[in-house]
Amino acid sequence: MPTHDEILTKIRTALVEALGVDEDEVTPEATLTGDLGAESIDFLDIVFRLEKAFDIKIPRGELFPESIMTDPQYVKDGKFTPAGVDELRKRMPFANIEAFAKNPVAREFGNLFTVDMVAKYIESKVNVKA
Amino acid sequence: MRWIWIDRFIEFESGRRARAIKNVSLAEDHLHDHFFGYPVMPNSLILEGLAQTGGILVGEHSNFEEKVVLAKVPKVIFHLPALPGDTLTYTAEVEAINADGARVNATSHIGERLQAEAEIVFAHLRDDDRVKNLFEPKNFVFTMKLLGVFDVGRGSPGSPAEPAGLRQFKSTGGG
Repeated sequence: MPTHDEILTKIRTALVEALGVDEDEVTPEATLTGDLGAESIDFLDIVFRLEKAFDIKIPRGELFPESIMTDPQYVKDGKFTPAGVDELRKRMPFANIEAFAKNPVAREFGNLFTVDMVAKYIESKVNVKA
Repeated sequence: MRWIWIDRFIEFESGRRARAIKNVSLAEDHLHDHFFGYPVMPNSLILEGLAQTGGILVGEHSNFEEKVVLAKVPKVIFHLPALPGDTLTYTAEVEAINADGARVNATSHIGERLQAEAEIVFAHLRDDDRVKNLFEPKNFVFTMKLLGVFDVGRGSPGSPAEPAGLRQFKSTGGG
């Protein structure tokens, strides 16, 4: 079973290859969209690389639940509704939702996707694997 | 002009690998501007040919029900120039396909020599009106016939039958 550091190293490699950033830019707190400049098509590339690196399957929308953004039940007038924040808690259990919930502006949604969040997600998938 | 940057498929293993060739010809008008006195096939068009080879391979996997588009090129390296008279052999291999898109590794060879290599990410476009206009079945089947996809197609390993999805297009579009 890989250690936390091994997982982080593999994630770093995947992000460096997908986003063309330097290794030292990929810190645990770095946000994918803000600090590392990822765009939505990069998420597809990142998912492929992570699946290959860890030999896991990442079902559509499990790591990056972008579809929440377009659901008027969850996001209205540029802000997440209470139902939306709840949905985030369910769909993204590894992200720091509570900090985001204090001011759940849709524009800031990207900040939830940190390298550390991805690491936690991978850890859960890899531990669950026999 | 037609935006077809491959001339013929020579191998087609459904969902796994495809090979197509592109003949570089002095009759291609753009070569005389690229460059004046030194005609060389633009790398962007070589990349387009690699993407078309890979894109058709990926598309066939879903029986062309998914609309496959080139989304991202994480890496591409050109080792040699492609000159008039060269035949480029494009090989595309599927690394992964899922509901959202696919990753393909592609190479371009001149004979035995590696001319270029690329990693290509394709996305599956979701249905809306714009997408419907981009992909008209009739034109599409005509192009597939020209490229010989129906002639060299292979289904699951070993079987000589054409890849399943192509049958549906042959019957709906051909005439």
